[in-house]
Amino acid sequence: MAASRRRPKAQTESAPKQAASADEMIKYYREMLLIRRFEEKAGQLYGMGLIGGFCHLYIGQEAVVVGIQAALKDNDDVITSYRDHGHMLACGMDPKGVMAELTGRRGGYSKGKGGSMHMFSREKNFYGGHGIVGAQVPLGTGLAFSHKYNKDDGLSAVYCGDGAINQGQVYESFNMAALWKLPVLYVIENNKYAMGTSQERASAGELHQRGAAYGIPGHQVNGMDVLEVREAADKWVDYIRSGNGPVILEMKTYRYRGHSMSDPAKYRTKEEVEKMRSESDPIDNLKRVLLEGGYVTEDQLKEIDREVKAVVTEAAEFSQQSPEPDPAELWTDVLIEA
Amino acid sequence: MPIEVLMPALSPTMTEGKLAKWVKKEGDEVRSGDVLAEIETDKATMEVEAVDEGRIGKILVAEGTENVAVNTPIAVILADGESVTDAVSGSPAPAPKVAAEPVVQDTGAHAPATLPVGPASGPAAAPPASDEDKFFDKTVKKTVREALRDAMAEEMRRDPTVFLMGEEVAQYQGAYKVSQGLLQEFGADRVIDTPITEIGFAGLGVGAAFRGLRPIVEFMTFNFAMQAIDHIVNSAAKTLYMSGGQMGCPIVFRGPNGAAARVAAQHSQDFTPWYASVPGLKVVAPYSASDFKGLMKSAIRDPNPVIFLENEILYGQSFEVPESEDFIVPIGRAKIRRAGTDVTITAHSLMVSYALAAAELLEKDGISAEVIDLRTIRPLDTETIVNSVKKTNRLVTVEEAWPTCGIGAELSALMMEQAFDYLDAPVIRVTGLDVPMPYAANLEKLVLPSPDRIAEAAKKACYRK
Repeated sequence: MAASRRRPKAQTESAPKQAASADEMIKYYREMLLIRRFEEKAGQLYGMGLIGGFCHLYIGQEAVVVGIQAALKDNDDVITSYRDHGHMLACGMDPKGVMAELTGRRGGYSKGKGGSMHMFSREKNFYGGHGIVGAQVPLGTGLAFSHKYNKDDGLSAVYCGDGAINQGQVYESFNMAALWKLPVLYVIENNKYAMGTSQERASAGELHQRGAAYGIPGHQVNGMDVLEVREAADKWVDYIRSGNGPVILEMKTYRYRGHSMSDPAKYRTKEEVEKMRSESDPIDNLKRVLLEGGYVTEDQLKEIDREVKAVVTEAAEFSQQSPEPDPAELWTDVLIEA
Repeated sequence: MPIEVLMPALSPTMTEGKLAKWVKKEGDEVRSGDVLAEIETDKATMEVEAVDEGRIGKILVAEGTENVAVNTPIAVILADGESVTDAVSGSPAPAPKVAAEPVVQDTGAHAPATLPVGPASGPAAAPPASDEDKFFDKTVKKTVREALRDAMAEEMRRDPTVFLMGEEVAQYQGAYKVSQGLLQEFGADRVIDTPITEIGFAGLGVGAAFRGLRPIVEFMTFNFAMQAIDHIVNSAAKTLYMSGGQMGCPIVFRGPNGAAARVAAQHSQDFTPWYASVPGLKVVAPYSASDFKGLMKSAIRDPNPVIFLENEILYGQSFEVPESEDFIVPIGRAKIRRAGTDVTITAHSLMVSYALAAAELLEKDGISAEVIDLRTIRPLDTETIVNSVKKTNRLVTVEEAWPTCGIGAELSALMMEQAFDYLDAPVIRVTGLDVPMPYAANLEKLVLPSPDRIAEAAKKACYRK
């Protein structure tokens, strides 16, 4: 089918294909579109001064979280760094609560006290949202440790970027995860630029081989194709759940926007960005597969667009109507009263 | 519905900017993600991308205009069939919500002039109640090392989520033999030797605590915890707050702190003030074996991250410890180790023994010193200290750490705030000297507080020679 024709064979690991059903593909389309529209709206609200501080948008990378999430179960955990809005939406967190946290309001997931980079949902097993580059890797390895300790068959999906992958604590984590066969999937989201520094200028060797010395299997995946991501995730999540220890998946992906809202992005050409957007966009490509395969009609896709837009509009409205936190919130949640 | 495009804020500090260039012209079709214009901010030249789809109906701010305030309408985007007249100002044509006026409007409700009163801003809170004294009718002599081991073992028997991890805690039985016998009783799943990888296992422990386990993380010494301090402060201490109360972190970080003997600068630092400055942490630094046991049990049961500062020299010292497993010492309560009337001396950890020795010296000179063992540094039992100073009118603080921003500095400020009218002399700090710890025996001795130095300071506070 169309999806396999588009696959850049040279880059990716060949995995046994478990074709996604039409319903699944439509679901992925909707989820990716929700992230895209949500982030565009967040960018707009930032421009209006409603969101402050740092705001790192996920636009372009949507296929990664949606594809990985498709392979996870309810008991599995997700943890990532500060470019986290897409992960939260993929985990099923309420767009209203996420957007209201971005605007620093009472209705936000952290009651307005965390902001874009620090958001959590115990209910959805989303463990942040961490602002220190690389710190989420040992934390996520600890989540995996607790699954093993509790013998509950869960695993932890730990995301990090091509920048974080050079932090020493990542390798301390790899070592312990391999040594103790912890159920953890390390997902390197290689969007080619750690802020303004390209992978070539910061990283020696291949990122997916970074676990080789610890005996951790590592594979490169086309992170711009949600079906390829899901296929790889399915295969390796099974491997991890069978007690084989950690796996590294390097997602070749791309962010269209700057590192944060205040990044003029002078380290790459407009042509490079335009080429990725026009040739490799994960949403456009899945749309093409859906239409060419006759799985949906244009009208059905337009209906999905409308639905997603309505969800995002509702989130944006909620995020502005929800009041600012009560000043008394200053003193809550510092410690749990024993 | 016509959509107004607003001058965007493109950095955390931008309030206005220059509309440097229009990339799209009136009449051009735009789709989401297209670059509309270039804007010079206070930091850089940035591109403005369209969020909505349609056709540029009108450009409202000309290329080259400077000082365009954030949120000024700069263009109008039209959908199919709409015309510019729908959007010109004057017509009540609805500007859509996405482009509405800034939504944080001044409602007249301003933040109160005085901040809401927090737990640390009022007069000293009373320390938690304790029934610890009643358990001393039946005691047994134990070393600090044994008391710590007993506390961990009792809590591990009581709660299967408690586990111990660190370097050499299992097969080696602890670098200082604190975890002796625990591997044999609880097995390798709960007593876990780690590689030498402080930031890694500290972060791993915090992650496990987020999911409800109760890790005890041993640092071979707190000097090595500097490798891990990011996870102690940024991950363990702050996440409850950053998550709006969702992510508790019930973890104990423990190990010897401060100087041992002749191990020089990199193995001798006292980190008490570092951790005591962090909201979200509790910090404990006991002296006697019973307090080590009772406070360790409290620390393990506490739902918050606790820094448990031990002392290598104290490990082998013996004290009477209650036999009962119900004996527990609450975090946040100081103990008056010796009652007195002329001067108050505060100390924690090993320095308590020096303060008690100084009190003996002072007694020979007719000075009655009251010695307070702080036991917990955060939250500090300010009430007990203030009440003592109200009686003695003098305070000498003792600690191993450096003087700058130390516990003595903190206590001095607290006395200014809460006991100023009761002081008959300036607060005097006895601290480690303001140098890295030297190796030579004679120099090392000069750096650390001694009973003589403490007694001398107390005499000075009493204006005695």
